[in-house]
Amino acid sequence: MINFPLQSSIRRRLVFLLLMGSATLAFLLYFVVQSVARQAAQESQDNILAASAVSILDGVKLVDGQTDVDMPYSSLSMLDSVTDERVFYAIYLDSNLLTGYPELIKLQTNTAMVPVFSFGTLFDVDVRIVTVKRQIGKNEVFVSVAQTLNGQIKVLRNISSIALGVGFGFFVLSAILAFLIAESTIKPLNRLTLSVSRRGPDELRPVSAPVPSEMVPLVNSLNNFMTRLKLSLQRSEEFIAEAAHRVRTPLAVVRTRTEILLREAKTKKSKAELLEVLNAIDDSSRTAGQLLDHAMVSFRLDNLSEDEIEVQFLIKDVIDRISPLYDLKGIQIKSNSIQNCRVIGDSILLQNALHNVLDNALKYCSENDTITVTVKDISQNCIIEILDSGEGFPENSALLTNRFTRGENTKGIVGSGLGLTIAKDVVEAHGGNITISNTEEGGACVTFTLPCS
Amino acid sequence: MRYIYITLFLIFAPLQAFSLDIENSKFFGKNDAEVKIQILSTADIEFFAPMINSFLEEYPNFAINYIVASSTELFKEIKNGDHKFDLVISSAMDLQTKLVNDGYAVTHFPKINNTIPDWSTWNNRVFAFTQEPAAIVISNEIFKNLPKPKNRQEVISLLRNNSSIFKERLGTYDVRTSGLGYLFATQDARASETYWRLTEVMGSLNTKLYCCSSDMIDAVESGELALAYNVLGSYALGRESDKFTIILPEDSTTVMLRSIFITVNAEHPNEAGIFIDHLLRKTYIEQSSPISSSEILTSKTNSDLNRIRLGTGLLVYLDQLKYRSFIREWENSILQN
Amino acid sequence: MRFLLIEDNQNLSSAVSERLSLDGHVVDQAESLGIANHYLSVSSYDLILLDIMLPDGDGRDFLLNHRKQKNTTPVIVLTARSEISDRVTILDLGADDYMVKPIDFNELEARCRAVLRRRSGEAQNQIKFGDVAFDSHSGTLMTGSRSIQLRAREIRLLEVFFRHPGQIFSKANLVDKLFPLEVDVTENAIEVYILRLRKHLAETNVKITTVRGLGYKLETP
Repeated sequence: MINFPLQSSIRRRLVFLLLMGSATLAFLLYFVVQSVARQAAQESQDNILAASAVSILDGVKLVDGQTDVDMPYSSLSMLDSVTDERVFYAIYLDSNLLTGYPELIKLQTNTAMVPVFSFGTLFDVDVRIVTVKRQIGKNEVFVSVAQTLNGQIKVLRNISSIALGVGFGFFVLSAILAFLIAESTIKPLNRLTLSVSRRGPDELRPVSAPVPSEMVPLVNSLNNFMTRLKLSLQRSEEFIAEAAHRVRTPLAVVRTRTEILLREAKTKKSKAELLEVLNAIDDSSRTAGQLLDHAMVSFRLDNLSEDEIEVQFLIKDVIDRISPLYDLKGIQIKSNSIQNCRVIGDSILLQNALHNVLDNALKYCSENDTITVTVKDISQNCIIEILDSGEGFPENSALLTNRFTRGENTKGIVGSGLGLTIAKDVVEAHGGNITISNTEEGGACVTFTLPCS
Repeated sequence: MRYIYITLFLIFAPLQAFSLDIENSKFFGKNDAEVKIQILSTADIEFFAPMINSFLEEYPNFAINYIVASSTELFKEIKNGDHKFDLVISSAMDLQTKLVNDGYAVTHFPKINNTIPDWSTWNNRVFAFTQEPAAIVISNEIFKNLPKPKNRQEVISLLRNNSSIFKERLGTYDVRTSGLGYLFATQDARASETYWRLTEVMGSLNTKLYCCSSDMIDAVESGELALAYNVLGSYALGRESDKFTIILPEDSTTVMLRSIFITVNAEHPNEAGIFIDHLLRKTYIEQSSPISSSEILTSKTNSDLNRIRLGTGLLVYLDQLKYRSFIREWENSILQN
Repeated sequence: MRFLLIEDNQNLSSAVSERLSLDGHVVDQAESLGIANHYLSVSSYDLILLDIMLPDGDGRDFLLNHRKQKNTTPVIVLTARSEISDRVTILDLGADDYMVKPIDFNELEARCRAVLRRRSGEAQNQIKFGDVAFDSHSGTLMTGSRSIQLRAREIRLLEVFFRHPGQIFSKANLVDKLFPLEVDVTENAIEVYILRLRKHLAETNVKITTVRGLGYKLETP
């Protein structure tokens, strides 16, 4: 078979092969129709010729020992077809011409009364010749009748064009059929593709729609694959959850006990030392927390949900969640100018990104500072701005979004350096970008730009 | 005396050079015409002149040289191949067909808008332009008190019952010398059984044999003949005399188609074609042929007419063996001396 | 406040219980859902602290049940699991808030107050003194004409006074109560807060009076 490059389209392959097949069949049809029709036409001419010759032969009789021929009128008049062919005849007694055209030489035949056909040339025209012989007394009588072929040629030309028409028509029809067949064959594939691609990242249920038997192995492997993927994802999630639990629970014990000790500490020195211990615990717990966060975020980034998110509600949720902490520290959070805005994306990831930034602001601000959150819809983009009245970013702020990089202003403040990185990854996965800068008053400003839906 | 059958035998033998025996000739048109078309024909000049004149009216820069000969002479001349004729006109349909069949004519495709009847052409080479019946011409004088026969059977009865009146006062073609006569006789014999009986009856009454219709008509007109059989009706009609009556036998009327073709030797084949187109247009499309058949013919329906078919069937009676046996039988019937 | 702590890890449970007691709260510890339900059928609580991963069931089922039974006790979920995928589920199931271990008790306190504030102040929680009502859960101070929302430390400070009106608290005492984890705080920091409270109470008949050399106390004239 013809070798196709492996990536060639199935439809193209099908159509090509079907067209090749039908072209071949069309050719065959043309030749078959042509030859059958030609044969039939030839036979019909031959039959009349034979009849003519035989009727002449019938008129041969012995009269007084002489061979005489009484040609019936019909023997030649029957040869008058639609196209008025010219006719020549010759009657031989053994090898002598009895009557007729001497130019039509005697032709041999084998069996009596069985017509023999041949082609020849007489008077510069092509003719079809029939010869029949018969025994009369002791002699053999040969009758040959020849007829010109103009009509025949015309008939054959007609046949050719009809055969061509039939072949071509057949080809056209089968080409149309080829396309329809290809379409119909591909349809289940397209349908499957559509139904699978329409699925969100969480839909790992097996494909249940009915498919043709040839596609069943493919669908089974796909389902298998999805089940394994689902299991794998589940296991990873469970692993992360388990890891989180195993890390955080003992840390919780240690921290609580340390807090108790701190409360009961008498001297400033022991208080300071215990505070250091507490900081260290918080440090590792935050790191663990953000590492686990980061792992989950990476997971989700690969299978981004595509939900319609109302940004104003998203912001409200995040602020609500974090406000107790702000309250605790005495920092005010303002969210007055929030415009309505819609984006397509993963609301959990976006919340996480916003939470990280607000958490950062919380860490780097002190009592009486204010954090302002604004949301604006500007030229098809959703701009979320979080600025504070704290210390602001240090100069090489661009690097802050790299993993584990922390600014110079972070001394004494617990953090893993992953917060902004996670936020950047999330925003960029949503087709947007993040910029960090300082306000005129010196505070920090983080801007999320996301495309609106 | 030239016996046709020897002559015909010669047809199948190697051809010999010979000179044409012209009966009549006339030049139509201007002497300084650019194109002079040469026509060899069996039709009398008076018969065909109107058609030539109508043509020259339309094409005044042409001229026509019109030569008349007998059908056998014409046949020999064209077979000879050493001639300069552009067009050949003959009433001997069988001889015409044979000439065309044997390759002495060229194809012509008439440039006229409508189509001509199927039976009027054969092999795209030969074209019929008249329909002329074989008729019985009777002397009005002699038939004053006799019933006029309507068909051949009635002729036979008439002749038998009045043999004294008709003895030596009957005439018909000598089929040995007249091509048209042979044609009429063979078609007649083919069509009706009564022909041979009639011939025998005529033979028993010492029928006179003639070469041409005009002679027969003259004889009837003068009262020399009481009845002439198988006369070319168109000639009789052309005469318009009250001395004779033309009868078309009701049992079967043989109709001859006079035909024309362009020879392979033609020096002006294109102009010859123009002449044929004119002829065909006048005859079939305008139906105003100056020499076309008359009311007598149109009063007959198609079923009574035995319109001789231009085609290969006509070759049969030209076969030498067939010819020989027909002539023999005819002689045995008509010559009962 | 009276807490029900549902946590299976003994070490953590006793540590948390001890820590909360330092602040004057009362804690009942339940190691499993079964025991928790038993406690709930016997006593009533101000707040439930629920661990998600329990030996005899998932905390989430507890939440569902809790809601079905229309139990109004607020629930704060303590979880070691990642915030991201569980948050929505936990809150959807009816938890009022959640905290990730290890717990910052300051944060816990702040979240408790927020939760209770959301659940709308109930009369029992108000402490009346003079012509002022103080809801320590929501942190609102209601004077005759208006209701003032206090900030975290203000709430704590006022709560201390309102719970023991007339009692004298030294600056050192108050520092311990307000700034337990900070080493560098001087007693002067207390003065800032006292000043603020005095401002809030200006138009009421409740006063925080200074007792020279000893401290402060809350009283009505």
